[in-house]
Amino acid sequence: MSETTTEIIKSNVPPQADNMMMENGVPTIVSNGVGLPAVNVMSGNEQLHTISILVENQPGVLARVSHVFARRGFNIESLAVSRTEDPTVSRMTVVVAGDDEAFTQMGKQLLKLIDVIKVIDHTRDDLVGRELALIKVKADAAARNEIMQIASVFRANLVDISEDTLMVEMTGKTDKVDAIQRMLEKFEILELVRTGLIVLVRGPKQT
Amino acid sequence: MDGAEALLESLKREGVDVLFGISGGAILPIYDALGKQEDIWSILTRHEQGAGHMAEGYARATGRVGVCMGTSGPGATNLVTAITDAFMDSTPIVVITGQVATPNIGKDAFQECDTFGITMPVVKHNYLVRRSSDIPRIVKEAFYLARTGRPGPVLIDIPKDISAGPLDQFLYPETVNLRGYNPNLPAATEQIKAAAKLIAEARQPVLYVGNGINAAGAADELLKLAEKIDAPVTTTLLGRGGFPAGHQLSLDMLGMHGTAYANWAVHEADLLIALGARFDDRVTGDPKAFAPNAKVIHVDIDSAELGKIRFAQVPILGDVKSVINQLTEVVAPKKHTQWLERIDEWKKAAPLTYENTGTGKLKPQQVIAELNKATDGEAIVTTDVGQHQMWAAQYYNPKRTRSFITSGGLGTMGYGYPAAIGAKVGCIDREVWCITGDGSFQMNLQELATGVLYDIPVKIALLNNSSLGMVRQWQKMFYERRWSGIDLSRCPDFAKLAEAYSATGVTITEADEVADAIREAQKNPGTVLLNFMTDAEEDVFPMIPGGKTVHDMVLDSSNKAVPIPGSNGNGLDGATATATASTYTSEWTDDINAGKKKI
Ligand SMILES: Cc1cc2nc3c(=O)[nH]c(=O)nc-3n(C[C@H](O)[C@H](O)[C@H](O)COP(=O)(O)OP(=O)(O)OC[C@H]3O[C@@H](n4cnc5c(N)ncnc54)[C@H](O)[C@@H]3O)c2cc1C
Ligand SMILES: Cc1ncc(C[n+]2csc(CCOP(=O)(O)OP(=O)(O)O)c2C)c(N)n1
Repeated sequence: MSETTTEIIKSNVPPQADNMMMENGVPTIVSNGVGLPAVNVMSGNEQLHTISILVENQPGVLARVSHVFARRGFNIESLAVSRTEDPTVSRMTVVVAGDDEAFTQMGKQLLKLIDVIKVIDHTRDDLVGRELALIKVKADAAARNEIMQIASVFRANLVDISEDTLMVEMTGKTDKVDAIQRMLEKFEILELVRTGLIVLVRGPKQT
Repeated sequence: MDGAEALLESLKREGVDVLFGISGGAILPIYDALGKQEDIWSILTRHEQGAGHMAEGYARATGRVGVCMGTSGPGATNLVTAITDAFMDSTPIVVITGQVATPNIGKDAFQECDTFGITMPVVKHNYLVRRSSDIPRIVKEAFYLARTGRPGPVLIDIPKDISAGPLDQFLYPETVNLRGYNPNLPAATEQIKAAAKLIAEARQPVLYVGNGINAAGAADELLKLAEKIDAPVTTTLLGRGGFPAGHQLSLDMLGMHGTAYANWAVHEADLLIALGARFDDRVTGDPKAFAPNAKVIHVDIDSAELGKIRFAQVPILGDVKSVINQLTEVVAPKKHTQWLERIDEWKKAAPLTYENTGTGKLKPQQVIAELNKATDGEAIVTTDVGQHQMWAAQYYNPKRTRSFITSGGLGTMGYGYPAAIGAKVGCIDREVWCITGDGSFQMNLQELATGVLYDIPVKIALLNNSSLGMVRQWQKMFYERRWSGIDLSRCPDFAKLAEAYSATGVTITEADEVADAIREAQKNPGTVLLNFMTDAEEDVFPMIPGGKTVHDMVLDSSNKAVPIPGSNGNGLDGATATATASTYTSEWTDDINAGKKKI
């Protein structure tokens, strides 16, 4: 396949609907295009992509969206859904792994869903990203002190205590949450729950 | 007014005057309302799948949205094949299903199934109605979604308490408000310019034309463009009729069973202009070897199609009709004398032919050719799926758009006859033929009752080869003649079967009876089934085996791959014979006759 004439289509910026970004006259998933590429290179072409999907707050919409991921063989690493400032709109923040080409195709398939208003790829965005974790750790009297020290280093909160357990509440970037989780493993984590990543773009720019 | 009445009123506002379906418990309120009015003709079919394909045939022939209905549970699941078929071939239909009453949903109630969930992956959009007052808005949206952008099926699932429930007032919305859906993007002028530049530079262009031309009603526009730039045109199976067959620039169909000259032209092309076609694998074979020397201009209304299979130097998102108009305006007239001469040589070297063995056996191709003659290519033809479908595509030359109606993407056996009924209902003044096979016809033949009862006179040309012919061909070519699960030789007597339904049935065994039989059928005002007993060993050629390239194309039963005449050898060295040399040599009929086993 020759790609020698790509230059002739680079320059144009066609009219766009406000729910779409266009690339070469073709709608694409929106990329705000600022900041450093927040791309994790996985094996082969696989990358972790963080995307926001703005959807109609309607029954069935989660099923529609997750079906697109499943059909294309994308594994969802994390998914967080909530209402937005507009109660008729929900925001899904999704972290998925997959190769770039398939990811682009999947983004277009998502855009085809009538209930999907906007899809934003945050690969190049300057983001604030946070996760919340609740971690229940086995903690007898002897262990308690050390756990409290670890929590304080990570600025995590202790939210529940019993004879044998402590519950730690940790908010932070994914790698921070991973780190405290690793530190607490040696005390035996009894139960753990994480919200999955949520993100907003820094500054006045809309996510 | 109740929900059911609001539904019918909304359908009328959308211009619906006919629908196809079957009643049942959960959809009773809607059928009750249908019985109380006369504006919408409710056609009772014999199977919901038939209703679905009728709606499809209606939509494909008319360009309007077809409507079908079924009750909850089995009614809905019977519709799923037709819905999927419409999804694959971008056919605009609205499907209405009954659902159990809202309080019973999710409790395994009688005839409950999750229609909304089951159909989610095979619809453009679907709705589960939760308030009677939502019905007008939802119907408005459903029709808008079905017919605009890339057309497709939209399903509305209506619980019984919602169709029976009251509406305070009926307000039909003037507009739709769907912020996630914007089908009317004008094509970028820069892209049009870029395309025009490629067209100006091209020396061996080919227009590769698909279903989008028929969907957009752009056949006239295409003809103008093709003539202005003097470029040959090949159509996909679903693009048949989008360009007049027999035109000097026509290459007929491309792909697996396309003409040799179409496939050769595509292979040698330096520019491929894809118009409303999606590079299906039956067209491309191995996509890496498809049109290897060509730059691509790809026009499609669905952005997900652009770049999906084939990188396009110039992707153009937009309605193909307006894009063609824009293009025609800016391109300079061209002549491609040399290129077209070369193609003419190919046409002479490898025309569509079949072996007339002189054994007196009735050749299926001859039947279609006679049908083409008798109708002058002016009829609407629907087909089922199999060898007969391919011969129909090769030997029936539709002169008009929306006149070749077939199941391409899903390849649904049982599509043809109900689709013909739907087409006839939509185009009552036109002659409608269904070309079918003995296998396919038996998948929805119950609709003979519908056709006869409502006096919807469709003519049926059944190519009876006593087998699942297309499968037999693959077993012959790729499975060393190990026949398995293909024998239909204990078929019913189809002529008698037609008579049992009060239609006319005729069996034809001799080649010289074909023309007369067709003429008689044309004169007959009712439903006629012509049961042609055709040569059961006949196979479809040319053929490019699945996933292969033009170099693997075989033209006849010798199964020898042929090189491209006059080619500069570009990539030709790898030409290989494809069919496995078989250790078995018997034909399947010999095996049957030898009473080997039930196959
Ligand atoms: C047994 C069998 C054998 C077959 N063999 C062949 C073969 O040899 N050759 C062949 O061609 N096919 C063959 N087919 C059919 C094949 O499987 C595909 O269905 C067919 O090639 C698809 O044609 P298409 O791309 O034109 O249509 P579609 O699949 O309907 O695609 C149409 C495209 O047009 C776009 N479109 C729709 N409306 C518009 C508009 N207004 N403006 C712009 N774009 C629009 C759509 O978005 C879509 O991308 C065979 C099928 C069967 C069952
Ligand atoms: C519903 C369905 N089941 C199975 C198939 C697979 N299939 C494709 S062609 C074919 C044989 C069709 O036989 P017939 O209708 O007699 O046509 P012929 O090929 O003999 O012309 C089969 C079984 C299909 N396309 N659709």
